[in-house]
Amino acid sequence: MSPVETSVSRREQRHSLALTLGLALVGINLLVALLTLFWTPYDPLNASGGRLEAPSLLHWLGTDRLGRDLLTQLMIGARTALLVGTGAVAIGATVGVSLGVLAAFATRLADDVMAATLDILIAFPTLLLAMLVVAASDSASLWTAILALGLAISATVARLTRILAKRVLRQDYIVASRTSGTSWAGVVFRHVLPNIWPTLSVNFALQFGLAVIAEASLSYLGLGAPPPNASWGRLLQEAQGTVYTAPIGAIAPGIALVALVIGMNLLADGLRDIGDPTRGRSR
Amino acid sequence: MTALLNIQGLHIRAGDKPLVSDLSFSIRPGERIGLIGESGSGKSMTAMAATGLLPVSIGVSGSIELDSQQVVGATDSVMNRLRGAAAAVVFQEPLTALDPLMKIGRQIAEPVRRRLERESGKTSKDVVQREVRDLIDKVALPQPERIINSYPHEVSGGQRQRVAIAMALACRPKLLIADEPTTALDVTTQAEILKLLDQLVRETGMALLFISHDLPVVAQVVERVIVLKNGVAVEEGPVKAVFGNPQHDYTKTLVEAARLFDEALGATG
Repeated sequence: MSPVETSVSRREQRHSLALTLGLALVGINLLVALLTLFWTPYDPLNASGGRLEAPSLLHWLGTDRLGRDLLTQLMIGARTALLVGTGAVAIGATVGVSLGVLAAFATRLADDVMAATLDILIAFPTLLLAMLVVAASDSASLWTAILALGLAISATVARLTRILAKRVLRQDYIVASRTSGTSWAGVVFRHVLPNIWPTLSVNFALQFGLAVIAEASLSYLGLGAPPPNASWGRLLQEAQGTVYTAPIGAIAPGIALVALVIGMNLLADGLRDIGDPTRGRSR
Repeated sequence: MTALLNIQGLHIRAGDKPLVSDLSFSIRPGERIGLIGESGSGKSMTAMAATGLLPVSIGVSGSIELDSQQVVGATDSVMNRLRGAAAAVVFQEPLTALDPLMKIGRQIAEPVRRRLERESGKTSKDVVQREVRDLIDKVALPQPERIINSYPHEVSGGQRQRVAIAMALACRPKLLIADEPTTALDVTTQAEILKLLDQLVRETGMALLFISHDLPVVAQVVERVIVLKNGVAVEEGPVKAVFGNPQHDYTKTLVEAARLFDEALGATG
């Protein structure tokens, strides 16, 4: 085997390892989240355990300061994290891609206005925007958090979509397609979206991770899902005061958070490599 | 017989810079015309103007009638019905003129499906697939099964240009605009593609607007030529007359350059 082939196959191996690990991390999270719909070790509101118990056979991760089972809280937190990530990215993708494609097609003036607006929105801190949305609605809930994060994501996605779509629209094959009578709508759905999808999907996965972290921050600040909905961010906040006496309360949700975000990023990288037919072409 | 493409007093400019000035010519159905000139002489701009696909930043004035429809100032929906049916284009660089993420079979199927919808208002997958196979046979692509399921980067440059020609043919246009279709290809492939274009134009009876800077190439496929220099038509006439007895200094230079090149080849070969 020549050195070139070796390096290529090593790269492929590394990619498949990343994909496997990403699938495993996200998969476990998804399974746990689905499981909580039917079963948790304890009722999430059951505070029958002792305060801040250490991990034991009864409570695998111990209990919190109200005597509730930490593993149960953590499992429900996984559901919250996935819900927030999926919801925020769905909103961000729908709004962002639509705006981005519109901007790419718009006249110079409209495009400039949109680009400037998006830049301002992106410069606006996500958490501050989320706080405004929460403040504007009656009370903090999971849905205000999802909506706020979705809006923040849509600005980033719109800017990326606009740049990618403009680049595709300048390509010869767009003109070629137009000369055979393809309408602008046809150009968008047949050529532009498929060609920007590989880059966009990776960004979606990245934004998913960021949304999960942002939701944790919001919950940490008390602006996320109110109790009794468990969230990793609120678990972290609750564990703050007792981090020296019962460190597991902070470590467990921290690890869960990092694992999901890393898993999502690995999955995105792996999927992009599979989805790109020009991968591994000889140059 | 009314002209298929009738260009009268065409001016194209980018800002203050004139690209094409007062150009007039017409193409009758079935006629084959060459538009020649060096890079930047406005050849491709004229072709794009004929299909109404110049960038918005470029100003067009004058009259372009394609299949009796005024193109200058026409709306997009009017032009969309005209594009493909009245005129289709084959471009210079076959790699960039094909969508890199779409399989070749689907790329050819798109214009086939659109034409069928336009003609009969309905399409079926089988009919489209059969036409795609016919087109692939027509442009003499080998291994149709493999080609249909390949992405553009997986086939050779000459094969890509055949795919582009098949896509143009799929529209069954009355006028085929070939914008330097052989420039990006090596000499042997160039000859094959020229032969194919020549044969297809004769078989289907469509008109041809062949754009090139290469005199010998143009002379092979067209009946009449228009020589462009800096956006101005300096000479026009039948191929033999123009190339055999060039009147304008610029045409003389072009013919002389081509002759010197041939002699140089003859000397080494």
